[in-house]
This record gives sequence, C-alpha cells and structure tokens, in this order.
Amino acid sequence: MTNSAIAYYPGCSGKGSSEEYDLSTRAVMRRLGAEPQEIEDWNCCGSSPAHMVNHELSAALSGRNLAQAKRMGHHLVTTPCPSCLTNLKNAQQAAWDEDKRLKINKLMDDECPTDVDSISTLQFFTEHIGLDRIREAVVSPLPALRVACYYGCLTTRPPKLMRFDDPENPMSMDNILAACGIEVVPFPLKTDCCGAASGMPRNDITTRLSGKILDMASELKADAVAVACPLCQMNLDLRQSQVNRARRSRYRMPIFYFTQLMGLAMGLPEKELGLSKLAVNPEPCLARAGVR
Amino acid sequence: MPDSLQKNDKTFLEEVERRSGQHMVECYQCGNCTAGCPFNFAYDLPVSKIMRLVQLGQREAVLSCHSIWLCASCQTCTARCPNNIDVAKIVDVLRHMAREAGYATERNVKAFGDSFLASVKKHGRLHELGVAVGYEMRTGRFLTDIDLAPTMIGKGKLSIRPHHLHGADKVAGIFNRFNEGNHD
Ligand code: SF4
Ligand code: SF4
Repeated sequence: MTNSAIAYYPGCSGKGSSEEYDLSTRAVMRRLGAEPQEIEDWNCCGSSPAHMVNHELSAALSGRNLAQAKRMGHHLVTTPCPSCLTNLKNAQQAAWDEDKRLKINKLMDDECPTDVDSISTLQFFTEHIGLDRIREAVVSPLPALRVACYYGCLTTRPPKLMRFDDPENPMSMDNILAACGIEVVPFPLKTDCCGAASGMPRNDITTRLSGKILDMASELKADAVAVACPLCQMNLDLRQSQVNRARRSRYRMPIFYFTQLMGLAMGLPEKELGLSKLAVNPEPCLARAGVR
Repeated sequence: MPDSLQKNDKTFLEEVERRSGQHMVECYQCGNCTAGCPFNFAYDLPVSKIMRLVQLGQREAVLSCHSIWLCASCQTCTARCPNNIDVAKIVDVLRHMAREAGYATERNVKAFGDSFLASVKKHGRLHELGVAVGYEMRTGRFLTDIDLAPTMIGKGKLSIRPHHLHGADKVAGIFNRFNEGNHD
C-alpha cells in the first residue's frame, strides 16, 4: 500500500471542541495508507457567520486556505467538517466567475485558486480508499453494536455543490460502518437538522430539534448515534443534558464520530480515538456490546 | 396595512435577483420549501411566503422578519425546490440586506455572529471561549451555556488561550479591506 498524501483542513473545532474527531480522522486515514498533510498556517473559514454577512468575505477566508494548500503542491483538500467543506467549495466555485474572482482576490490580497478541489473525509474514505480496503483493515468487528448513522444537513446538501451521495437518503456512512462489522439501523432522520448554530442564541430551537433525533434513535433501539459533523456532535452529545432538561427526557445515548467507530474496529489505541472526550460516557454501551 | 395595499418596490425584487443569481419568478408557491424547513415552527414568515413577498416587492415586510435571522442554512429548501431555486441562498442574501439596512430582528443571533467574526478577525482562528465571552458582553446574558463549561474544561475542549497564527495579520487584512470597501 503506497502512502497517498492529501491536504488536510482540520477546522477550528478540530483544535477545540471536536479534537477527538480530528485525532481519530488522522489515525484512521494513516491506518488506511493515506497521509493527511495539514494545511500550513490555515485560518478559520468563518463558518456560517461569515456567509451570513457576505459571500465574498466568506470566499476570501476560505480562499486563503485553498491558496495555502496550493503552495504546498496540493490540488485536493479533505476536511472532516461539513460546514468548512461548504465554505471551501463555495470559494472555489465563486472564483470560477471572473467578476467575483477579482473581488475575492482584492479582499485576499492574493489569488484564490480555481483548481483546488475539496471533499469531505467521508467522501475520501468512500471514493479514494474504498470499502474493500476498509474491510481488510478491520481486526475487531463490532456486530453487537446497533448504530444510527446521522449525517446532518450539509454532508450531502446542497446536492449541486456537494456532488456526493444521496441528499435525502445518504448511505456512505452506513456502508463504511457496515464494512466495519457494525449493525446499522435504517434511520429516517439521517439528514434532519440538529438546530445547527442556534445552541447559544436560541437554545429552545436546538434542544427541540436535537431532541427529535435522540427520540428516533432511542425508538429504533440504537445503542449509539454516529455523526460526521462537529456541530451535530456538540448538539447531540454535549447538549444532551440541556435536551434532557428542556424535554424531561433521560437519554444517555453515546454520540460517536464515525471515525472513532472505524478506529475501534481497526483496533487503534484509545489515545488515537479520544473516546474519553465524549460528554456522554460511551463505556457502558461499549461494554454491553462486548467491545471492551 | 395589509400586504396588498403596500407599494410594490420593484427595485427590491431586482436587487434580490441580482445578488442571489436566482430567478424569483420561477417560484410557483408549491410550498415544498416550507414543508421541509426544520425551523418553520419558530418562523414568523414561512420561507415560501418570503419568496412570494419578494416577488411582490415587499421590502419592509421581508427585511424586518425574524425568519431570515433564524434560518440555519440547512439547505433542505434548496435541495427540495422542484424549480431548482437556491432558496437558502436567497435567505442568506436577505440577511445580508437586512444587516446592511440596520435590522437586527433576532438580536442574539446577530450578537453571536458578530462575536464569532470578531474572534476570527483578532486571532485568525476561532477561539470558542472568546466567542462565548464576547457574546455575553454583547447581550448581557451572563449565564448562557455556563452549565456546559465544567464538562468542556474537564474534557480539555475549551482552550483558555487562542491559537497563534503566523498569518493572523493576513486574516485581519481580509476583514479590514472588507470593512473599507462597498460590498453587496
Ligand atoms: S435553509 Fe433555512 S429556510 Fe431553508 S429549510 Fe433550512 S432553515 Fe429553512
Ligand atoms: S419549493 Fe421552490 S417553487 Fe416551491 S414554494 Fe419553495 S421556492 Fe417556491
């Protein structure tokens, strides 16, 4: 297996609230023979607040990251965060328009590249690694673990921009986890919104929407939920206590990043998966499933 | 005054179309966007009605609504519009126009976004604790999310210090040029 290098954009949450996603993503990529090269001196993409103020401002912030990747000799960036991905893709697409490119370059005081593509790590595992290689890397399948795969809004949407998987019924994460020997449950709320960034300004909205996702996972007797987005994870895991308080529920549902479950099936050590960083302790669930 | 009696401001429709690159006339009010919108329960104007009011040139009614500030940009409306209208992009553009015109109907949402961007401008990367503090200073809501702090600190998820970036001045430059220029 040859090592294939790819530019890697962790995003700000990867250095803070979703460190375990960043850690486990890198570990699993390496285990599968890929080499994530962190974009040098990358900056925050501005997430939703930037595109809610102005599209060119947002494109310039992500344009700088694309330019940094290009300087390192890359033409493909992968990121675990769907919101970062949307911004990277929007920046490239905006730069295809001559008029917009001039405005963006003026803001950047640099060139926003038109030839640096970006994909999610979910897409990277699906299309560049493939299910066969994932299956080969599994050393301890987890058949007693029932997992609901929750993709969130942005992983596959808007379809014309993301160009990956099905916008209404995505299967890529289900297929990857099934290849890891995990039982995936058909989950009807795969792409429903968790409340996104309303957690701080409008907590009532977030607890209601995240509550619905936990209700459904629990009704389907899932042991845990797997996610691919730092914000979804924060709303379902860290805010699970707020959801319980607001809705008088008593959930203790572990919310894993899908890469943590891949890493478990591949026998990677705990320190590379950061399971202890999850707010809802996953150990009882893993013990019940006979994993540890 | 009922909507029908307000004057039809055609420049509003033209501006929304130009800035979003979308053809508003293609909306035939099927209601698919509203049916899928997860925030509809909290909206004062459903998203399909926003589309209709833009067609009718109702600048004031649209720019002063709460919905455009609450929208999560979840893209469900865009993914489901039978006429391929990028509805979420239109809502984004309406939010830009509302902000420029001095509306802030959901004050906390605006304060959160402003704190977020202030942190990025200052450090180049997001400093989550800085955003929380900035947000609380802007809104006077000192206890927001304080219940989460012990868990976040215990799990090493809340860094006290911001990350240092060599290119922090480059990022600040982007914001400065943006603030100097006239952008739409
Ligand atoms: S993008 Fe906004 S308006 Fe559209 S469905 Fe999502 S929350 Fe509703
Ligand atoms: S889904 Fe499209 S056509 Fe239907 S009401 Fe919404 S914007 Fe109009």
